[in-house]
Amino acid sequence: MARVHFTAWLRELVPDGPLQAKGGTVGEALATVFAELPHLKGYVLDDRGNLRRHVCVFADGQRLACDATLRHPVGPESELYVMQALSGG
Amino acid sequence: MSDRLLVGTRKGLLTFARNGGGWTIARSDFAGIPVSAVLHDRRDGAPDGVLYAALNHGHFGAKLHRSDDAGRGWRELPAPAFPADAAGAPTLSQIWTLEAGGPSQPGRLWIGALPAGLFRSDDGGESWQLTRALWDVPERAKWFGGGYDEAGIHTVSPDPRDPRRVFVAISCGGVWDTADDGASWTLRGDGMVAPYMPPDQAGTREIQDPHRVARCPAAPDVMWMQHHAGVYRSVDTGATWTRLTPPGDDFGFAVAAHPSDPQTAWLVPAMKDELRMPRDGALCVTRTRDGGRTWEAFRRGLPGRDAYDLVYRHGLAVDATGTRLAMGSTTGGLWVSDDAGEAWALVNAHLPPIYAVRFA
Repeated sequence: MARVHFTAWLRELVPDGPLQAKGGTVGEALATVFAELPHLKGYVLDDRGNLRRHVCVFADGQRLACDATLRHPVGPESELYVMQALSGG
Repeated sequence: MSDRLLVGTRKGLLTFARNGGGWTIARSDFAGIPVSAVLHDRRDGAPDGVLYAALNHGHFGAKLHRSDDAGRGWRELPAPAFPADAAGAPTLSQIWTLEAGGPSQPGRLWIGALPAGLFRSDDGGESWQLTRALWDVPERAKWFGGGYDEAGIHTVSPDPRDPRRVFVAISCGGVWDTADDGASWTLRGDGMVAPYMPPDQAGTREIQDPHRVARCPAAPDVMWMQHHAGVYRSVDTGATWTRLTPPGDDFGFAVAAHPSDPQTAWLVPAMKDELRMPRDGALCVTRTRDGGRTWEAFRRGLPGRDAYDLVYRHGLAVDATGTRLAMGSTTGGLWVSDDAGEAWALVNAHLPPIYAVRFA
């Protein structure tokens, strides 16, 4: 399973340490996280289910383009980092 | 000490003049229009030099104006524009900083912009050229916005010994320099750490967020940096950076370097990152006089409680004597110190949000 790390800014919503997530894409992996932590979803995705404009995701060391993030493939060994983009302020 | 202060605000350019021991508004220009950058160029235009003001019309784009008579009259200049064939189809969003070239380069001006274009003029702002070599560095693909949607250039610093050597700092794109007037660029900045990145990329130079860099004019190899995460100093013109450990908060935006003493600098700390406000609501200015080993915090004359003032990148200025400082905040507070930052006098607590403060 992929491991998902969240920015410390979301520490009040996310348990310590990386979370394990199943799925073939970033969107599917995040969906398994949100199934356990439903309140987190609205902090990462917008009303339409798209990645929020000032959230960025790194997959295996690569910063993903915002509009392609959720479709990006992940493997069982993938490391995902969900970070606050500094563009947000 | 300088007796005139240019203040770029959300609602225009305010020129303060020292008047019987206090400071009053001597001029108000461009009322209602955000002024994102100001410059007093002493090289050209006798007897008062030339003033430049960068405007940021909400609806009508970024503009540039020039005054040859100390602000009594202003003339609009062409604003810099990205060429049609610039990669990424950029369009000018904001003029973030304005700097003069060296004394041997009459008419030379630099603009650092959002998005992160560096523009050069050699005719006092009558025409502008994008510095293509910096726009076209492959590392630009990794730059990203800090505080804005796109990366931007907020610091442009020609070397006083040889103004063909220019240092720039980019949020978030690291620090760069050229030795040949912008024809070629080198990525610098060993030693910075970016905790907002995945751990294995925290040391990557081209994604660092130097909030602001200030160079000591008399010892130009010495630079001070307020980074998104920490305070740094370089003694080799920005090639390598040593993290300093001021007590308390090391987040902030502004930094000022003493004009002649390379051991002295000032910061305006804030609680970091998610908070961005003074600790305990008490605004303070910190100063080192020993190269960053020890720091003093000064609060006299500054609000001691319930303050939310944040001082942005261009909101802290020191005059040529190193004795008088001025500071403007996001909540419209303006203060001046006449003793190198130890005590501050409130000039006005009710100004618009302040973007830029400069002695003139």
